[in-house]
Amino acid sequence: MNPLLKVTGLTRMYGARVGCKDVSFELWPGEVMGIVGESGSGKTTLLSCLSARLEPTSGTVAYDTREDGLTDIYAMGEPRRRMLMRTDWGIVHQNPRDGLRMGVSAGANVGERLMAVGARHYGSIRAQADEWLRKVEIDGERIDDLPLTFSGGMLQRLQIARNLVTHPRLVFMDEPTGGLDVSVQARLLDLLRRLVTDLGLAAIVVTHDLAVARLLAHRLMVMRRGEVVESGLTDQVLDDPHHPYTQLLVSSVLQP
Amino acid sequence: MTSAQGYNFAYLDEQTKRMIRRAILKAVAIPGYQVPFGSREMPLPYGWGTGGIQVTAAVIGPADTLKVIDQGADDTTNAVSIRRFFARTAGVATTERTADATVIQTRHRIPETPLAEGQILVYQVPIPEPLRWLEPRETETRKMHALADYGAMHVKLYEDIARFGRIATTYDYPVLVNGRYLMRPSPIPKFDNPKMHMNPALQLFGAGREKRIYAVPPYTDVKSLDFEDHPFEVQKWDEACAICGSTDSFLDEVVTDDKGGRMYVCSDTDHCTSRQIRREAAE
Repeated sequence: MNPLLKVTGLTRMYGARVGCKDVSFELWPGEVMGIVGESGSGKTTLLSCLSARLEPTSGTVAYDTREDGLTDIYAMGEPRRRMLMRTDWGIVHQNPRDGLRMGVSAGANVGERLMAVGARHYGSIRAQADEWLRKVEIDGERIDDLPLTFSGGMLQRLQIARNLVTHPRLVFMDEPTGGLDVSVQARLLDLLRRLVTDLGLAAIVVTHDLAVARLLAHRLMVMRRGEVVESGLTDQVLDDPHHPYTQLLVSSVLQP
Repeated sequence: MTSAQGYNFAYLDEQTKRMIRRAILKAVAIPGYQVPFGSREMPLPYGWGTGGIQVTAAVIGPADTLKVIDQGADDTTNAVSIRRFFARTAGVATTERTADATVIQTRHRIPETPLAEGQILVYQVPIPEPLRWLEPRETETRKMHALADYGAMHVKLYEDIARFGRIATTYDYPVLVNGRYLMRPSPIPKFDNPKMHMNPALQLFGAGREKRIYAVPPYTDVKSLDFEDHPFEVQKWDEACAICGSTDSFLDEVVTDDKGGRMYVCSDTDHCTSRQIRREAAE
């Protein structure tokens, strides 16, 4: 069996400054990887490089495509990469407004990916949109409402539905619970955990919230100043941190 | 009419016309693709047909006969002004009869009389980019055209059906040209869309402010976008034209008084007039 994603020596520089440096790991199908670290540690840069949105300075990102096995995503052509991004991958943005079309209805938002890969039957697009809205616990009656009228938590769930409608194998999430209040966070995490298990999704979740990482991630990478300082199983990293920075990070979590 | 003194034939200088012709040749070679060109300042404001005028100036010759229509009519301000402009600067013959014209410049309509081989139809285009309202970035829309990435256009049609129960876009209805490029047919009613398909005439589109030229060569496949369960349809009227009795042409609704009185008349004045003449001749 091949890993789903194989990253080797990934480095992204912003001029002389380091975005992320020499990151290597493998992600296996169905596995959820968490990336934690403080603000400015290079988490989002790394995620952008992994999800084909930001070309790395050096290093490779290889994805296990359905046709050709492991392929460098930056070596394949743009059409192919776009196709991959809208069929095999999902990208959940921190701010749902970045990932949604705010000017069109919820149904159209979910249906967009289907239409982009060639669905041309209105009835079936709408039926699938309806089904996915219900899966993310949005009332079917709101299918024709604009996202502008949705709450923050609903927007985030809508964004997730929009990404999952084409049954991706790999989902990138950037702070999926950022900006939500605690009870909404808990429900969203519940939902994400259920979807990930039910659909056998692999996911890379960037977060600064260790509780989110503990709930969702199987494995964890801790980043600091663009470098991965520690990685391992989530429970292991969080319960027995080795690196001084990880120890600091774990000990700074407030206990209510 | 004699041509005005001090102007080059058809107003533009020869180098400019050559540049526009090069753009037109490229546009014809790649049906539906928007070719950038160095649009010139014309003696009328943007939005009044500066693109169409430049294309016409580049293709017209002394032997041509020009017809200009605006909303189907030959006698509206815009049509009259542009027709007179070319009569003065190029000295070409002008006509109001579709069948007699070799070059037809149009705004908002395709003539009802079927066009023939050898005729050129020049459209005035306000906004050439079909994806503009969906994607404001020019770099991104160009990429979408390059990759034939047109899913977003269907999002708009989906939205129409979700809101109104049918595709409510009635003019400037997006078409796919030659199975490849998505194209805005300029603000013609969708009633005219089927006429573009396999048309024997050459269709040229000029957008002056946006500096783009595109084309549909003769006998080219032009398909209006739709859904399998909501196929493309054109407008229909319950009434016939109040003047000529036509039941198959595009009708304008004209309000006749302030008591709710209205009449429907052909928007294509040449079509309407020639039908009247034929009816009178038969009587």
